[in-house]
Amino acid sequence: MDPITTITGKVVALPAENVDTDQIIPAKYLSTTTKDGLGEGLFSTWRYNADGTPNPEFILNKPESQGATVLVAGKNFGSGSSREHAPWALQAYGFQAVISPSFADIFKSNALKIGLLPIIVDVESYDQLVSICEEEPETKVVIDLASQTVTLPGGQRVGFPLDGFSKHCLLNGVDQLGFIMQQDEAIAAFEATNPVALNTQG
Amino acid sequence: MTTPKTLFEKVWDAHQVCPETPDTPAVLYIDLHLIHEVTSPQAFTEIRARGLQVRRPDRTIATMDHSTPTTPRNAQGIIPVTDPQAIKQLDQLRTNCAEFGIPLFELGSAKQGIVHVVGPEQGLTQPGMTIVCGDSHTSTHGAFGALAFGIGTSEVGHVLASQCLLQRKAQTCAVRVDGRLGPGVTAKDVILALIAKYGVGGGTGYVFEYMGEAIRALSMEERMTICNMSIEGGARAGMIAPDETTFEYLAGRPFAPQGADFDAAVARWRSLPSDEGAAFDHEMHLAAADLVPMITYGTNPGMGIPITGTVPTLDAMGDPSARMALDKALAYMNLEPGKPLLGHAIDLVFIGSCTNGRISDLRQAAGLIKGRTVAEGVRMMVVPGSQQVKAQAEAEGLDMIFKAAGAEWREAGCSACLAMNEDKVPAGKYAISSSNRNFVGRQGPGSRTLLASPLTAAAAAVTGVVTDPRTLM
Repeated sequence: MDPITTITGKVVALPAENVDTDQIIPAKYLSTTTKDGLGEGLFSTWRYNADGTPNPEFILNKPESQGATVLVAGKNFGSGSSREHAPWALQAYGFQAVISPSFADIFKSNALKIGLLPIIVDVESYDQLVSICEEEPETKVVIDLASQTVTLPGGQRVGFPLDGFSKHCLLNGVDQLGFIMQQDEAIAAFEATNPVALNTQG
Repeated sequence: MTTPKTLFEKVWDAHQVCPETPDTPAVLYIDLHLIHEVTSPQAFTEIRARGLQVRRPDRTIATMDHSTPTTPRNAQGIIPVTDPQAIKQLDQLRTNCAEFGIPLFELGSAKQGIVHVVGPEQGLTQPGMTIVCGDSHTSTHGAFGALAFGIGTSEVGHVLASQCLLQRKAQTCAVRVDGRLGPGVTAKDVILALIAKYGVGGGTGYVFEYMGEAIRALSMEERMTICNMSIEGGARAGMIAPDETTFEYLAGRPFAPQGADFDAAVARWRSLPSDEGAAFDHEMHLAAADLVPMITYGTNPGMGIPITGTVPTLDAMGDPSARMALDKALAYMNLEPGKPLLGHAIDLVFIGSCTNGRISDLRQAAGLIKGRTVAEGVRMMVVPGSQQVKAQAEAEGLDMIFKAAGAEWREAGCSACLAMNEDKVPAGKYAISSSNRNFVGRQGPGSRTLLASPLTAAAAAVTGVVTDPRTLM
């Protein structure tokens, strides 16, 4: 994973609460064995009409939303299924961060693993961002990982929480699978002292 | 004196390979890793690309469930798979399991079924274990006093390669259900009522521990229904302390300890329940005696009402965003605020899923259907949660009851719960479903889902409209 320090990107708002992972990427796109092509399925129920043509009313299809890299969404974003296809689809579409008052636990964990930043802000800042997106659609924000702040166009800085380990991994491009493999000795020691009777081989 | 611990803390503490520090999460050991065809292929690709092995194929097991058809077997006794994407995904799972030595419950074989149905019924799921799967309903296994939760595909790769996960310790929430449930009120109604009360995000950051008289009185299958939908309340895991009901369920199951080993295991499991005075970070409450059958009217599982109630009005919503959400949900569902759901016509009935596709669920539905027929114009699909559930139901003649009533008796799998196969609810049609999610398009594009218990779903099947099952019992 490439290190991430700052993201400067155009924001687009999807001010709905509890956007579930079935909306982010419907199940019909899960019958893949790769990560390819998931960007096309992002929000497909909303993005496309029944005949497959783009729905011009949907925010991502509007001209002013093109090139947006930061999604602003309502609370409990990513609820429901554990499908990592949801953050994969957001990333494949071009999003680098999602800003919301809260995220579902599994979505947040999945997003952090692949470098899609789940940015939690207070409700006032969220409301402000939604208004900005509506009133000045070309607005860009700056997300700075080291200082854990989002800078709005007026210079106002909003802090966000982030687990120290995730931050370290994102800033330095640390691969978590690589990190966990380095714990081999400790894992072997644990296995030696904690035998489990279970054997799935029968 | 040692500090009293919760069930969660005991399981957590016993699985820390490395404890968490301010800078690093805990390295948590995983006792059992369940995999299926949909969320594992990319994880195998990743470990293969890195030249890694599956560390513990003896703690890993696979089944086929999500994308499999549930259509009847052909003359050769084979379940025909026709969707090219599904064929590819299933083949990929076969290849991955063969290459890394992982046992696989092959489609149509005696042990195949929904991952959260087969784990418990095979005795793989045991108290005090850590269990993960690339599926959010892994919370089901918490019914045994295991710490079980859904993970993403990156984490599936972590567990395949290391048998561990990097985890921050969750907070704990005691969910107390006092009193006794009335007749016709089921475990599904308990969990739907809890989510209706506390919302779909109410459990975020917590591991639930369900307790109280009503919980203790439940069978293992009913406990699984409750733990299964913990994720619908936002909690990644839900747990219930093991007791005699748990041990009795596990005794003699194929993968459970046998003989003296079983007795020794039970002795160990008896130390798992939360200690007297153990502190929880948060609490939730329900009074069982107040509960009636529940049904959802909207597009998330928290949008539920007592079946005797009315769809909320926009004015009843506290804040503007909740009002907007309700407005959108009712437009999608084509339901009117302030009106009852009782008497509303339905088109399709789905009995099945990891929530309510077990033998006791089928018995309940069959008990209500027996001697009655599915209403004209209504399609009823009965999909057993596993091949074993199917065989048991057939041994008891439940299949004959369903078929005589005009319902479809199908092969095991996830089916119309997420409609990855051809089992879909047509656009604009109303399904009353014993599954877990009523999201927009979940059961097929444009599908309108009313979540309810198998009993309530069966009642609607025979009347053709939303019906209080207690009036037919």
